[in-house]
Amino acid sequence: MIIKHLAIIQVILPLMAAPVCIVIRHHVGVKIWAVLISWLSFLISIALLVQVSDQGLIVYQLGGWAAPWGIEYRIDILSAFVLLIVSGIGAVVMPYSWTSVEKEIVHERAYLFYCMILLCMTGLLGIVITGDAFNLFVFMEISSLASYVLISFGQDRQALVAAYRYLIIGTIGATFYMIGVGFLYASTGTLNIFDLSQLVPALSASRTVKAALAFFTVGLGIKLALFPMHMWLPNAYTFAPSAVSVFLAATATKVAVYALFRIVFTIFGGTEILEILPIRGLLIGMAAMAMIYGSIQAIYQINVKRILAYSSIAQIGYMVLGLSFDNATGIAAGIIHLFNHALMKGSLFMVLGAVMYRVDSVQLNDMAGLGKYMPLTMAAFFIAGLSLIGMPLTVGFVSKWYLIQAALEKGWWPIAMLIVISSLLAVVYIWRVIEVVYFMPANPEAREVREAPISLLLPTWILLGAVIYFGIDATTGLNIAIAAADALLAGGGS
Amino acid sequence: MPFPGLFNYWIVVILMMIGLYIVIAHGNLVKKIIGINVFQVSVFLLYITIGKVAGGSAPILDQGIEVYSNPLPHVLILTAIVVSVATTALGLALVVRIRNAFQTIEEDEIDQQEKTG
Amino acid sequence: MLKKTILRVVSKFLIPFVLIFGLYVQWHGDFGPGGGFQAGVIFAAAFILYGLIFGTALLRRVLPSKVTRSFLVIGVLLYSGVGVFGIIFGGEFLDYSVLARDPLKGQHLGILLIELGVGITVAASMITIFCAFAGRSPNRLDEF
Repeated sequence: MIIKHLAIIQVILPLMAAPVCIVIRHHVGVKIWAVLISWLSFLISIALLVQVSDQGLIVYQLGGWAAPWGIEYRIDILSAFVLLIVSGIGAVVMPYSWTSVEKEIVHERAYLFYCMILLCMTGLLGIVITGDAFNLFVFMEISSLASYVLISFGQDRQALVAAYRYLIIGTIGATFYMIGVGFLYASTGTLNIFDLSQLVPALSASRTVKAALAFFTVGLGIKLALFPMHMWLPNAYTFAPSAVSVFLAATATKVAVYALFRIVFTIFGGTEILEILPIRGLLIGMAAMAMIYGSIQAIYQINVKRILAYSSIAQIGYMVLGLSFDNATGIAAGIIHLFNHALMKGSLFMVLGAVMYRVDSVQLNDMAGLGKYMPLTMAAFFIAGLSLIGMPLTVGFVSKWYLIQAALEKGWWPIAMLIVISSLLAVVYIWRVIEVVYFMPANPEAREVREAPISLLLPTWILLGAVIYFGIDATTGLNIAIAAADALLAGGGS
Repeated sequence: MPFPGLFNYWIVVILMMIGLYIVIAHGNLVKKIIGINVFQVSVFLLYITIGKVAGGSAPILDQGIEVYSNPLPHVLILTAIVVSVATTALGLALVVRIRNAFQTIEEDEIDQQEKTG
Repeated sequence: MLKKTILRVVSKFLIPFVLIFGLYVQWHGDFGPGGGFQAGVIFAAAFILYGLIFGTALLRRVLPSKVTRSFLVIGVLLYSGVGVFGIIFGGEFLDYSVLARDPLKGQHLGILLIELGVGITVAASMITIFCAFAGRSPNRLDEF
C-alpha cells in the first residue's frame, strides 16, 4: 500500500518532520530526528528510482482529483534522479551537521536550524516531484525562504546582509517565474506542466507565450545563479554556516537547473518558439561566460569558501551548457554533471566545514601547512579538487568528457576549447589552495590543530568515495542520465 | 473598447515598474522591501484580472446565475499573498538584525563597513 | 500601555466581536466566502489590537510564546494529518472522500479540518510575527 504513495510521502515526510523539531526542541533529540528523517527520505528516493526504472512514469494525483484540474505529481527518470541527489546529499549532510552545527550555532537555536533545513529539503524535493507549474512556485518559495533563514544563521554579521540580498533577488526571481505562469495560464487555462506541453505548441505564434518563456528564463536564471544573475551566490555561500553551504551548494542550484529545463524542454520543447527565440543560443552564451568568469574570479579570492562559490558559478555554466545542446550526449552530460557536481562540491565544502571546526577560519592564509596537521581532511580536498579539474578516475572527468564530446558532435569546437580553458583555470585556483595547504609553513597557532573529528570526516569520505566510485564505474550514472536525456528530448509525452 | 479594456494591465505594468525601480534605486533596506511588495502586488493584480470573466458574477454558487468568474486565480493569489507575507516578515526580521549588527539600514553605509571589515 | 481611555474602552468592546467574526468566517467558509486564511488573519487581528493597546507584555500573558508555537505546529500537523488519513483509509493524499462513509460528508469534513488547520497556523504565525517585531525595544543590541 505504501509503495503506491511513495511519491507523496517523499515530500510530506520532511514537511511534517519540520514542525516536530519545534516540539522536540532539545538539540540532541532534534539531531537524531533529522538524521532519521533524512535517511528515510533517501530510502524512499532510492525506491522511487527503482520503481521508475522498472515501470516508467509514476503519476500521483493529490486528493484523487484528476489532472489537469487537480495537482499531479509526476516522476520520470530525470526527476527520480534529481530526487536521489537531493535526498542523498541531505542524508549525508544531516549527520555531518551534528558536529558542525554544535560549533557554529548555539544549542538553543539548533532546533530552528533543523526545522529550516528539513523545510528546505521539502521545497527542493517538491520542485522536482511536482507536475504543476504553480505548485512548483510554492515549493520554490518554501525552499528559498528556508535557505534565507539558513544563511542568516552564519556567525559573521555579513551573513545577515548576504541573506537579505539573496532574499531580495530571490523574490524577484520567484515573482518573475510567477508572471510567466500567469501568462501561460492566461493563454491556455491550465497549470499542469504536461497539459501545458500539449497546448502550448498550438500557440507558438502568441506573444504572451513568448513573454512567458522570457520570464521563466530570467526568473529561474536568477534562482540558479546563471551568469550574469549570480551576484547573490558568492556571499550567500561564503557566510552561511558550513553545513548550509554544503547543502545549498550541492542541491539548491541543481534543482533550479532542473526546474529551468523541465520548463524549457517539457513545455516549450515541442514548439517553434525555441527556433524563433534564440533561447538555446542565449543560454549557451551565458553558460560559456559563466564558465570563464567564475573560474577567473575564483583565482583571485582569498577566502577558500568564496573560491568554491565562484567555482560553483563556473560549474553551473557547465550544467546549463550541457543541457542547452539539443543533442542527447550534451543533455546527458548536463544531467550527469548535476549529480557529479553535487558530489564534488558537497565534499569540498565539507572539508571546509572541518577546517572551520578546527581552525575557525577558512581564509587561505589561515590554512597554511594544514596538510601536515589534518592529513585526511586535506587529502579529501585534494581528491575532490582533482575531480573538479576533471582528472580521469574521478566523476569530474566523466562529465567533462561527455560535454566536450557533445560540443564536438555539434562541431562547436570553440565551445570545447572554452571547456578546456575553464578546466585549466580550475587547475589554477585548486592549485593555489593545494600549494598553501601542503607547501607553506604552518602558522604558529595552526601547529596545535588536530585532525578533524570522525563525525565530520566520515560523511566527507563517504561523498568522496562516491566521487571515485562513480568516476571509475561511470556506466551506472550515465545510463540513467542517457535515459533521462532521451525522455527530455522526447518532450512531455514521456 | 468599453471602459476597463486594458486599464488593469496598464496599472499592472506601471506598478511593476514602480516596484522594481524602488528595489533597484533605493539604498534603504526597508524601502527595498516595500518595493518588493509593490512589485508582487502588481503580479497579484495581473492574476486577478486574468480571472475575471466578462459579465461573470462572483464565483459563489447561486440560483439564476449562469456565468461565473474564474475562482482559480484568486486561490493561487491567496497562496502567493501568504508567500509574500512570509517573505516580508523574514525580510524585515533580517533588517532588524542588520540594524543591530551594523547600526544602520542604509546599503552604502553597510557596504563601507563590510569593506573595512 | 497607552493611557488613552477611549481606545482602551472601544478596543475592549471590539475585540470579542472581532473574534466572533473570525470564527464565523472560519466555520462558514464552506457555505459562503471565507476560509482559514482570512479567518486566521481576522482572529489574529483581535490579539494584535489587544497587543497594540495594552502592550505585548500583557498579550504574552494571554498567549505565551509556548502556546503560539504549539498552535503553529498543531495547525501544520492537522493539515498534513488529514492528508495522511486519506492515505490510511485507502485514498490518495488529501482525498477527503474516504474520511466518512458518505463521500460528500467526507469532503465536507475534510475541507473543514483542513481550513481549521490553516486558520490555526495563520493566526498563530501572525501573532508570532507581531510579537517578534513589537516585543523588542528599539535600541536593544542583538542577543545573537
